[in-house]
Amino acid sequence: MSNLTRRSLLSLSALSAAGLVACGSGQGGSQGGATADTDTLTCGMTQDIDSMDPVKAESAATRELLFNVYEGLVKPDVEGNLNPAVASDVSVSSDGTTYSFTLREGVKFHNGEVVTPEDVKYSIERYRDSTTGGSLVSAFAAVDHVDVVDDSHVDVVLKEPDTDFLAYFAIGITPASVADLEADPVGCGPYKFSSRSPLEKVVLEKFDDYWDAEGAAHIPTVVFKVTTNTDSIGMELAGGSLDLFYRMPEAQLSQLSEDAFTVYEGGMNLVQALYLNNAVKPFDDVRVRQALAYAIDPQQIMDYVSGGKGAEVGSSMYPAFAKYFMPELNDVYNQDVDRARKLLDEAGLKDGFSFTIQVSNAHPQHIETAEVLKEQLAVINVAVDIQQIEWSSWLSDVYTGRKFEGTVVGVDASALNAPSMLSRFASDADNNFVNFSSPAYDKTYASARAATDDAEKTELYKECERILAEECASVYIQDLPSFVALAKRFTGYEYYPLYAQNVATIRPAE
Amino acid sequence: MRYALKKIATTLATLLVVSMLLFAAFQLISGDPATHILGTGATPERLEALRAELGLDQPLPARYLMWLSSFVCGDAGVSYVYHQPVSSLLAAKIPVTFVLATMSFVLMCAIGLPTGIACAKHAGSPIDRAVMVANQIVMAIPPFFGGILISWAFGMGLHLFMPGGYVSYETSIPHFLGYLVFPSVAIALPRAAQLAKLLRGSLLEEAGKNYARTAYSRGNDTSGVLYGHLLKNAFLPALTFLGMSLGTMLAGSLVIERVFSIPGISSILLASIGNRDYPVVLAAVMLIAAFIIFVNLLVDILYKVLDPRIDEE
Repeated sequence: MSNLTRRSLLSLSALSAAGLVACGSGQGGSQGGATADTDTLTCGMTQDIDSMDPVKAESAATRELLFNVYEGLVKPDVEGNLNPAVASDVSVSSDGTTYSFTLREGVKFHNGEVVTPEDVKYSIERYRDSTTGGSLVSAFAAVDHVDVVDDSHVDVVLKEPDTDFLAYFAIGITPASVADLEADPVGCGPYKFSSRSPLEKVVLEKFDDYWDAEGAAHIPTVVFKVTTNTDSIGMELAGGSLDLFYRMPEAQLSQLSEDAFTVYEGGMNLVQALYLNNAVKPFDDVRVRQALAYAIDPQQIMDYVSGGKGAEVGSSMYPAFAKYFMPELNDVYNQDVDRARKLLDEAGLKDGFSFTIQVSNAHPQHIETAEVLKEQLAVINVAVDIQQIEWSSWLSDVYTGRKFEGTVVGVDASALNAPSMLSRFASDADNNFVNFSSPAYDKTYASARAATDDAEKTELYKECERILAEECASVYIQDLPSFVALAKRFTGYEYYPLYAQNVATIRPAE
Repeated sequence: MRYALKKIATTLATLLVVSMLLFAAFQLISGDPATHILGTGATPERLEALRAELGLDQPLPARYLMWLSSFVCGDAGVSYVYHQPVSSLLAAKIPVTFVLATMSFVLMCAIGLPTGIACAKHAGSPIDRAVMVANQIVMAIPPFFGGILISWAFGMGLHLFMPGGYVSYETSIPHFLGYLVFPSVAIALPRAAQLAKLLRGSLLEEAGKNYARTAYSRGNDTSGVLYGHLLKNAFLPALTFLGMSLGTMLAGSLVIERVFSIPGISSILLASIGNRDYPVVLAAVMLIAAFIIFVNLLVDILYKVLDPRIDEE
C-alpha cells in the first residue's frame, strides 16, 4: 500500500511535467508559422455578434461584420456617398414617393443564384414585417408596397414623399429561396459565410463571383475572433493571435511596436453625451441643462479618456456626417463656471443639487467620461452619483423604460441619413429616450422631412441641430476616437462614416 | 439500495430548488430578453410581439412549468441569441471546460500532494519553512491575477504560448491542450498551496498520535511510518478538500476563461446572463449543479471505501 501510493504520486507528477514541456514547445512552434502568411486575417471583436441575419442585426459589432457578407441596392462608401451596388441605377419620381431600381445584370448570391427582383421584394418585405422585422422596422413602415416591374426592374412606393429614404436601401438583399439566414447566411457581398462557433469566432471566405472587380476581396479567409478580455488585446496583437483590432483601447496602444503595427485613427461615428431625462426635475428646466453644459469641458474629458483624441460635438450629429455636421455648435456652451452658477441660481437651485448618472458597465469610455463629469459638475455644487449597470438593464430601464436622470452613452446612426440622428428628438418618437419636447423642433423637423429640395432640406436639418444645441436637449460631448491596429503584413484599412468594417479593402502589404 | 434512492431523491430536489431560484432571480434583475435582442431599435409594438414569440408574456409559474416539462423530457429549448438548440450549443462547450477543470485538478494534486508530504517529512527544516512561506503567498493570489501574471510572463516574456491564441479541440487537440496548460496552472496553484498546507498539517497531527510512536517502535523508519500508517489517516480531510476543489475549479474557470478568452461553459454562461438568454443560463447552471452534486456523491462513496467505519447515515 505504501509503495503504491508513492509510486503513483511520483508518476503523476512526472507525467504532468512531461505534458507541460511537450505542450509548451508544440504551441510556440506552430504559431510562429501561422502568423507569417497573408492568406488569413484575424480581426478581434470584444463581443459576439447577435445575429447572422441582417434584418435582426442590432449591435455595432454585428453590423460591422455583416457589412462584408450582405449588400444592398446601394452601398455606402468611405465618403458617405451611396453608390449603386446590386442596382445599377436608381431614380426617384418627382413627387418623391417612388424609387425605381434597375438591377445590375448577373449579380450572384453566395449560393450561385442570380439576384432577381423577387429577391429584392422579398428582402424589403422582411425588413418591414412588424412581427419579424428588426431595428429598421419603423423606418420601413414608410414603404407602401414593392412592385416587380419586369425581370430587371423594381419599384418601391412610399406612403409619403421622402427623399431621405435612399440610405435605407443599403440593407442586405437576401435570396427568397433561403428561409433561415441564421443557419444559412447567404448574401451577395465580397465575403461569404464559412462557419461560426458561438463566443469563439465567425469565419468568412472570399466570394469569387462578387460582381464588383474593384471592390472584391484580397484576403482569402477572414476570421472575426471574439476577444472577451479587453485588457489583453495589446498582448494578443503583439503575440500574433490577432492581426486587426478596430476598437483599440487608447491605453494599450503603447504596447504595440511601431515595426509590427500600423495604428489608424478615426472617429467611432457616434454622439457621446450626458443624456438628460428632460421629463424629470430639475432637468425639465432648460436653464439647469444649460448650466451643466457650461460647467463641463469636453477637451478635459478627451484628455482623460483617450489621451486628448476625439472630436467635440455640439449637437446630435457626428463629424463624419460632413453634409450635416456643424462645427460652430461646439461653441454654444464654452466652459463658463460663473455663467453656470448664475443659471442654477435663476432656476432656484442656488445650493446645487444631486443626481444619478447610470452608465453601462460594458463601456469603459462612458464610465470614464462619467467620472470626469462628476468632478467638473462638483465645481458648481452638483453632486453626481455614478451607477454602473448591465447593458441589458440599461436597455430596459434607461432606454426603453426612460427611468433615469442622466446617462452617458453613444448614439449612432442606423443609416446614412439625417433622420437616423435626428428623428428621435421629435416629441412623439418611440425612441425619444431623453423625453425632449420642443414645439419648435417638431415643426422644423417635420418641414425638413417634407422638403424635397436638397439644399432647403439640409438647411432645415441644420436648424434642427441648432435647436437641440440651444435648448440643450442633452449635454453633447464628443465623437469618441476609434483606434485601429493592423499588422504591418497588411494594409488598406479604411474608415466608414457609419458602423461598417470593410475587410475587403484590406490587402497584403508588398 | 435505500441509500442510492435517497441520494437520487435529494439530488433531484436540489436541482429543482436551483431551477426555481434561477427563475426567481431572473424576475428580480431588470432587463428582459426582448429589450436586449431589440436593443436601441425597440418599439413598443416590436417588444410586445417578440415577448409573445418567446413566451415571455405568460405568467411566471406557467413559464416555469413549461420550461420544466420540456427540460425533463430532454429539451432545453433554443437560445434566444444564438438561435440554435441549447443542448448542441452547450455540448460543444462542455469538453473545453471539462478539460480545463480536469487539468487544473490533476495539476493541483501533482503539485499539492508531493509538496505537502515532503514538507511534513522534513517539518521544521529550512526548506519546509521556505516552502510554507511561498505557499502562503501563492495561496493569496486569486486565479484571475495569477492568470494575468502567467499571460504576461510565459506568453509575452518567454513566448511559451500566445495569449488569446486559443485553438479549438476540433482543430488540433495537442494545441488545444497546450493552450489550456497555463490557464490550468492559474487555477491550480492557489488550491495546490492550500492542499499542501492542509496535508502537511494533518500528517503532523497524525504523527503526534500514539499509533505513530508504536509504528516507530516496531522498527519502521520515517518513510515507513509516513507512507504505511500516517498517510491513509491524514488523507481523509484532504479528500473532502479535493471534492470541494472540483467545485472551486469550475468557479475558477468562470474567471479564467474570460482572462484567457477560452470559449467554454463559463464564458457562455456569463455572456448569456448578460444577454438574458434564459434557456442557456438555466441549462448551464443545471449542468454545473448536477456536476457538483455528483462530485459530492463520489466523495461520500470514497470516504466509505477509505474508512469502512463510516456508516450509512
